[in-house]
Amino acid sequence: MSLSKTEEPLEMGTKLIQGALTRKHVLDLDDFSKDEILEVLESSRSMKEVLGRDIKKVPALRGKVVVTLFYEASTRTRISFEEAGKVLSADVINMSASGSSTEKGESLLNTGLTIQAMGVDTIVIRHPHSGAPHLLAQQLDKVSVINAGDGLHAHPTQALLDLYTVQDKLGSLEGKKVVIVGDILHSRVARSDIWGFAKMGAEVVLSGPSTLIPPDLSPSANGSARSHFASFVKVETDLDKAIEEADVVMALRLQHERQQAGFLPSLREYIRRWQVTASRLERAKPGNMVMHPGPMNEGIEISNDVAHGGNSVIEDQVANGVAVRMALLYKLTVGSG
Amino acid sequence: MQERQIMSQDDVRRALTRVAHEILENNRGADDLVIVGIHTRGVHLARRIADNLAKFEGVDVPVASLDISLYRDDLTVRDQSQTKIQPTDIPVGIQGKRVVLVDDVLYTGRTIRAAMDALVDFGRPQIIQLAILLDRGHRELPIRADYVGQNLPTAIEERVKVRLLETDGADEVALVFGDFADQDGSVNSQTDGRN
Repeated sequence: MSLSKTEEPLEMGTKLIQGALTRKHVLDLDDFSKDEILEVLESSRSMKEVLGRDIKKVPALRGKVVVTLFYEASTRTRISFEEAGKVLSADVINMSASGSSTEKGESLLNTGLTIQAMGVDTIVIRHPHSGAPHLLAQQLDKVSVINAGDGLHAHPTQALLDLYTVQDKLGSLEGKKVVIVGDILHSRVARSDIWGFAKMGAEVVLSGPSTLIPPDLSPSANGSARSHFASFVKVETDLDKAIEEADVVMALRLQHERQQAGFLPSLREYIRRWQVTASRLERAKPGNMVMHPGPMNEGIEISNDVAHGGNSVIEDQVANGVAVRMALLYKLTVGSG
Repeated sequence: MQERQIMSQDDVRRALTRVAHEILENNRGADDLVIVGIHTRGVHLARRIADNLAKFEGVDVPVASLDISLYRDDLTVRDQSQTKIQPTDIPVGIQGKRVVLVDDVLYTGRTIRAAMDALVDFGRPQIIQLAILLDRGHRELPIRADYVGQNLPTAIEERVKVRLLETDGADEVALVFGDFADQDGSVNSQTDGRN
């Protein structure tokens, strides 16, 4: 999905069976209704209770096989899915592109068909190309596909765990001011978060160098160059202004190569103008939450003291991620035949 | 589709009163008791039984709630509209305790099987007993209740509706029979004793 695409009533993740919408895949957040998101968040709360038990194991997915298929490096997302599957008693098999037949030139589709032929129930895929999970979902008829991040497109499970973390701390998402700061342009997390927070009634403000704000979201865009998303978000490049009265401040990872590519004048200027610091946070609401999808460049997009300070919920995000992924794995299995 | 009332508000109250007395009699008091309700209506019934125990014996018996979704044996054949998992809350340790499981309808016994599997993940109770508002028969597992509000032999094609003050505005148990072709899902949205 590009941000300029219009919303469709029925997306690939769901199909209509006897009047009830049944979800087979989790490819993007844009085919989730508000009610469905709330349902996932509620189930996640129950999964969190399971994770707090002495014996962290329930038999729900006994006999189901989940493959994590990662074509990009990942620590937290991959371990998170693996733990989620194992706590639910699924058998989890991890596969990465390096060391697999991908190195011999096997295509994504053939890898998918091979995995499907082995009787796997769910494929969790991360891929550098936008749309790779959609391709698998289209071509494979027996497996469920979960998008664990594709290119610059979407990272729906990260957005859901972010929504959960904010709802858990603040009680609700409605009317909360969420500031996302940094490299929005290259961030699939930001895209999914913008959608999710806006859908749940939060006020989303984007901040960062104007070169790293998607052109279709910038205030100067108009007509067909303007995303329908643009009406849900505000852009305020001056972080000191953007952060005023914020409930949530989310810093995004700044990749060093962006500077070489000409998006930034200098790293030092970025730090001076857009780093989330303790003094900037004083402008936000008391009791604000600081978030980061990880991995962090401490001292670049976020200062060390803020990253590990009292308002940081960065570790809660990681812990909640397991619960949210359990809820999704469980949801896709119910009614799967 | 027709409905026949099986238990009135007073019948439900009397049954829960008797069940509470039987629990006290069988366990020689309320020592070490934990009442565990199975979501949704079992939780409300568990609270009412605990209220009765407090009234009769003057003790506060801990009440826990259990969601058995993650322990069911019919996950893949269920309707995906029922994926919401309700909170499990076991506020006290059940190791060595006398646990009374509470549910509204006993039917196939599969819910109770799942509930026992869930319970033992929290510890090893000294004993697990079962209290039920209505036993409608048709067991598929070797499970029986220790405390029964009312026994009602039913036909498999009949359905049982349990309505409680907390969820439905009034207490009532009714038998639903006849043509289900015109049902709008309202029967399924309430408990029909199906596992």
